[in-house]
Amino acid sequence: MEVKETYNGKIREATIGLGDTAVTVGGETSLPLYMFEGAAPNKPVIALEVYDTKPEDWPEAAIAPYADVLDDPVKWALKCQDEYKADMICLNLASTNPSTGDRNGADIAPIVKAVADAIKIPLIVYGTANADKDAEVMPKAAEACQGKRALIGPVEEENYKTVAAAALGFDHLAAPHSPIDVNIAKQLNILITQLGLAPERVIIDPTTGALGYGLEYCYSVMERLRLAAMTQNDSMTQMPMINQIGREVWKAKEVKTSEADEPAWGDAETRGVLWEALTATALIMAGSNILVMRHPKAVELTRQFVAALTGATN
Amino acid sequence: MALTGIDIFKQLPKTNCGDCGVPTCLAFAMKIAAGQAELAGCPHLSEDAASALSEASAPPIRAVTIGVGDDAVKVGGELVLYRHEKTFFNPCVFAAVIDDGMDAATVDGLLKQTNESRFVRVEQDLKAGLVGVKSLSGDTAKFVALIEKVKAATTQPMVLMCGDPAEMEAGLKAAGETAPLIYAATAANYEAMAALALAHKAPLAVCGTGDLDALVDLVKKIMAAGVKDIVLDPGTRNPKDTLERLVYIRRAALNKKVKELGFPIIVFPNEETDDKMMEAVYAGLYVGKYGSVIMLSDLDAARALPLYVLRQNIYTDPQRPMQVKPGIYPIGNPTADSPVLITSNFSLTYFIVSGEVEASRVPAWLCVMDTEGLSVMTSWAAGKFVPEKIVPFIKGVGIEEQVKHRKLVIPGYLATMSGELEDELEGWNVEVGPREAADIPPFLKTWAS
Ligand code: SF4
Repeated sequence: MEVKETYNGKIREATIGLGDTAVTVGGETSLPLYMFEGAAPNKPVIALEVYDTKPEDWPEAAIAPYADVLDDPVKWALKCQDEYKADMICLNLASTNPSTGDRNGADIAPIVKAVADAIKIPLIVYGTANADKDAEVMPKAAEACQGKRALIGPVEEENYKTVAAAALGFDHLAAPHSPIDVNIAKQLNILITQLGLAPERVIIDPTTGALGYGLEYCYSVMERLRLAAMTQNDSMTQMPMINQIGREVWKAKEVKTSEADEPAWGDAETRGVLWEALTATALIMAGSNILVMRHPKAVELTRQFVAALTGATN
Repeated sequence: MALTGIDIFKQLPKTNCGDCGVPTCLAFAMKIAAGQAELAGCPHLSEDAASALSEASAPPIRAVTIGVGDDAVKVGGELVLYRHEKTFFNPCVFAAVIDDGMDAATVDGLLKQTNESRFVRVEQDLKAGLVGVKSLSGDTAKFVALIEKVKAATTQPMVLMCGDPAEMEAGLKAAGETAPLIYAATAANYEAMAALALAHKAPLAVCGTGDLDALVDLVKKIMAAGVKDIVLDPGTRNPKDTLERLVYIRRAALNKKVKELGFPIIVFPNEETDDKMMEAVYAGLYVGKYGSVIMLSDLDAARALPLYVLRQNIYTDPQRPMQVKPGIYPIGNPTADSPVLITSNFSLTYFIVSGEVEASRVPAWLCVMDTEGLSVMTSWAAGKFVPEKIVPFIKGVGIEEQVKHRKLVIPGYLATMSGELEDELEGWNVEVGPREAADIPPFLKTWAS
């Protein structure tokens, strides 16, 4: 059966972190998981979420694995690293959201530094996607983890000059965030590379929709970006991609609702874990390289999926 | 293969009689090519032309119906490799497999799941679609008894699974004329299985060995025997190999017009792992990548619901966003003093906004306006979410009878129209809400009537 495709494009390799525990993503020479017609030297990796303040609104199933560390970002990050074997940590600066905590860059810089210094694995630091606020917060965050070659995001069209410049200035990578739109994603990549950031320092954040909450839009935009990268050799689409899965999944109604409230929906933990695992695996199929996740059991399923689809077969 | 308008025109009578409802044969040909008319619309078409055209215009992947009556399911008929190119048309179906080695309680439990695994979401009825009935014992009487039990218990069409043609024949008789999917023809039994499929007007699954060239040869023989409705099993039982075969089959059918591979595909995540969570994850792989009939070990709600929602997402037409019904949605038992919010009926907007309102634990009235499924910004730009439309909606939807106050919260992105809306919406104050849904909870927590 001669139906193999040959591709003329390739995803760039990007390395986050320094030294022995640095993680490289990308490098694929075929569509995602199409191991039968290309190489995927680096498997998709999983970053576990850590928040700078204790989360208020998580359902029971998501709290349980972290119950003892939720109010200490450093302990939390170490638990993710040592117990749940995260490939990376994604520190979310949720408390800087103007409509909730509204903490500023100076407030959170010590937290970023403490987490960055405590962990061995690479660090991702994410703001709240409030462009003005992130423009103030993220340069401080980038400075606080200088020397770690972290991934700084999200970089928005409205603040790239500040946030991407901070990533560049403090020797990090940047995650440009576009609103489920191929052209804006490309445009933003052009803008931040023109700023001087090497394309190998860019990880696309295409905006993540959870299962049932816009997953299909995210899936198709990522699929289109990957097709453009592989078949049209379009340089500004050839960056690895990151998806913020945990925070989107665990606010879905079908995930937050207890079995007592909806007996017909079955066990809440099983449902939530699978909601997250199916979102993650669907986005791997669409081209995700870095999956930011929450529940350790969903992480385990996703790992097994990656191993089964990319490993040797009998 | 899609024919051009000119290809079709060449076969039409060229009399321009107008009986098809359009003035000329050429115009009619163009409509067919665009998918807006059926060949049958021309009463003067010669038989030769009709068969030539229908042969040439046959879809590259045949749509196959399993079952009869209201619960029959149609799978296949797909035209693209990637959903954004057009859409995935006929949603895949799931089936829990019941076998004749199970005890009565297990069988009853799976039948109950088959009947009760239903959820309504975005006004769609989500369910598995099929039920698998498998001969494990090799004892025809047991297989027949199980089929009779399943047939009495559920109207869901069956997949009859048995490799022995004689036993299958007994099973088909027990199933009555319900057009179950026969699983499966192999190189060893295909002649007898093909005869059964024809005699019982039932679709036939063809099980390969993992070798697609051999599968093509086998299907060719079965097609030559006269069987038209075929479902393919590539024969692999690990997800990596299965994905490869599924991609190759879809490409061969669409790009190379290999008609022996132009059929829907059956997959067995239940046989690819013993772990039910991994089974669901592999099932998810096949929802996105070309599985049409997906066999599972059960339909436990906590695993079935996420799979059904994934299918709903993947099979949504990218050109026609899902919509929710316009109207008032009360969230958390709101009272006459609860806040009133308005948003679009784009299902994603609705889900996200209602989710955040719920998360705030502040009871509220959510008024969902008909914006033809467009998001807030898009519908505003298209003139569908503007004061002229909002005023009659708010006045007519009945919210004025529900609340004592007259304060309407509009999406933050529509701040620019707040003044105009307040002028036109008599008796109401307009408040500008947050731009991002995530900021709704803090907004509502401080809201006062
Ligand atoms: S009915 Fe047939 S012959 Fe008459 S105009 Fe239409 S296509 Fe032409």
